[in-house]
Amino acid sequence: MDSALIPEGVTRCSFGKFALGIIIVGGVLLWGVYAMMLIWLKGLNQTNMNDFYGFALWIWADLGVIALGGGAFFIGLLRYIIGKDELKNIINYAVLIGFICYSSALLILAIDVGQPLRSWFIFWHANIHSMLTEVAFCLSCYFAVLTIEYIPLILENRQLNKVPFFHNLAHNMHEVMAIFAATGAFLSFFHQGSLGGTPAVLYGRPFAFREGIFIWPWTFFLFTWSAAAYGPCFTLFVTRLTEKITKKKLVKQNVIDLLAKISGWTMGTYIIAKIIDTWYWATVTAPDMGSNLIDFYSNNPFYGIWILVVEIVICGIVPALILLTPKGRSNPTLLFTAVLLACIGVLLNRWVMVLQVMAVPVMTFENWVMYIPSWQEVATTILPVAYGIILVMISFRYLPIFPQERELNS
Amino acid sequence: MKEEGKHKKAKKYGMVINLDECTGCGACMVACMAENNVPFREDESNKLDSIAWMRVYKLTNGKSYPEADICYLPRPCMHCEGDHGHSPCVSVCPATATDYNYETGIVSQIYTRCFGCRYCMAACPYHARYFNWWDPVWPEGSTKYLSPNVSPRMRGVVEKCSFCFHRYQLAMDKAYLEGRTVLEEDEYQTSCTQACPAGAITFGDLNNPEHKVHQLAKPDNKHGGRPGNPNVFRLLERLGTNPKVYYMSSREWVRQAGDNYIDNEDFAKNYRH
Repeated sequence: MDSALIPEGVTRCSFGKFALGIIIVGGVLLWGVYAMMLIWLKGLNQTNMNDFYGFALWIWADLGVIALGGGAFFIGLLRYIIGKDELKNIINYAVLIGFICYSSALLILAIDVGQPLRSWFIFWHANIHSMLTEVAFCLSCYFAVLTIEYIPLILENRQLNKVPFFHNLAHNMHEVMAIFAATGAFLSFFHQGSLGGTPAVLYGRPFAFREGIFIWPWTFFLFTWSAAAYGPCFTLFVTRLTEKITKKKLVKQNVIDLLAKISGWTMGTYIIAKIIDTWYWATVTAPDMGSNLIDFYSNNPFYGIWILVVEIVICGIVPALILLTPKGRSNPTLLFTAVLLACIGVLLNRWVMVLQVMAVPVMTFENWVMYIPSWQEVATTILPVAYGIILVMISFRYLPIFPQERELNS
Repeated sequence: MKEEGKHKKAKKYGMVINLDECTGCGACMVACMAENNVPFREDESNKLDSIAWMRVYKLTNGKSYPEADICYLPRPCMHCEGDHGHSPCVSVCPATATDYNYETGIVSQIYTRCFGCRYCMAACPYHARYFNWWDPVWPEGSTKYLSPNVSPRMRGVVEKCSFCFHRYQLAMDKAYLEGRTVLEEDEYQTSCTQACPAGAITFGDLNNPEHKVHQLAKPDNKHGGRPGNPNVFRLLERLGTNPKVYYMSSREWVRQAGDNYIDNEDFAKNYRH
């Protein structure tokens, strides 16, 4: 039925099967849209946020998807600026994943603010001292860059590419893509960093506060670094998942191996920096503010010291070691475990830097406050996931995402 | 207009709350809500999402009879000065919807500019900032009793104590009409100060040695306004927020409850003035 739109030389499932998939995921998407409409019409009272939890599930989801979408900027940097040519075979997917992650982040932000129609005030009345201002500017600009990077991919659709204008436009955009990749890397450095700075500048919150250099707290660099380390892991994870679902080999092992190795090094160095940061914060910064490390991890039902161990050891050191060894990278199960653990690790880091910051009591006569999101919050957080799956399904079916697919499956 | 053109020293309005005199009656909370059109809901039992610009906390020393002791601690916005006006909330607001006024030292909230990101709430360690989770619903007829000097807030924005800034504006208007630019101490007082039956709250210009707040707190402006009076302390002094609300108590456990100390620190030795 839609064979004329499918890239030449590749096979896809029947249209009926594809449509059924879209309908099922679309149902989840509609559930999310319903929750979103409830929130926009009735307000944030539809959530379980409160005056202790001004930041909650959505801000975590925002920070999470932006970290996971970091593969787009880092792989772009490696491919176009550093010259790792093999990565051209995975960059399209990285861009698509990045596009989904960043558009999701913007959507979640639009739901999260109390007065969505005033969102433009962040640009109009910008406070240059605020980390969120920098996030807003860089995030919007980088989303524009990702859109520019995604457009030539759309224009390479078999039918669209027959139009000379679209063909030439796609070709010329590819030619100048290095400029956009460099711009993307530059913008990403700042917004990933600013997101790291968002909790770290809160000097009224000893759990979040970090010292730093000039105006940048240490987490500014840690967040950028972790996005560079863990973002490509998410690209590898989704690629492997796509291969399993489609039962096809889509990217050659040498490409996977190279990206996994680079991620391993980035992650390994990041984890060392993270350990130093945690050590300094626990022994100098927090005690100066009157708190012991254990004060942040005790007398509550959820935030035990285990969370720090899981983040740094199980989801940091372990995947880094797997990715750094050739045996670990060549074993599909180990590799998949490593990238999965890495994704959990970065999401856990963002969770701690948002939710635990809110949970820890600061005044001596206050107690820990726990939070469970409402179904509306959960539905609107799943909404971008459903949207992402649909966009991946459509893009995979109709666009030449994987240049090696034909060769690997002939 | 004799004083016109004369260099005026910046004011720094602040409060000293005598915790030994506070009975926890809550009159300050009621007065504040009435004065500032603070919205309320039918069910106010969930204190995590109900608005109280002035909130009274109950502190205990954790000991049993006969050493058991309690203390009520009223907590308005601290109007932190931070480091030269970079108070925790002002510096983070992305839309400049909250501002530090260098003329008065008051931290303002511009409701019509706030777009409800709640970053300021995350930044405030005192939980002095409240979000309007609901649109305000005033019981029938009660709108007649709203203060015309304070704009009610809409759903989706943050609000907080303003040190009854509208009273400052009214007092300044009156002073200008009378050819003055300087206010007398009693010309500008917050509603909570006036409502307190025990007289536990003292309000005035911390920079003015003639004002009672200055005499009680003895603020050291070279060190962010740190109190010079040994019985006076500020909440979370160690964080460097430099609040302009001071607390006074003759009881050491109360003063100690104002801040966090690690296990091996000797409060009496290191932090007692």
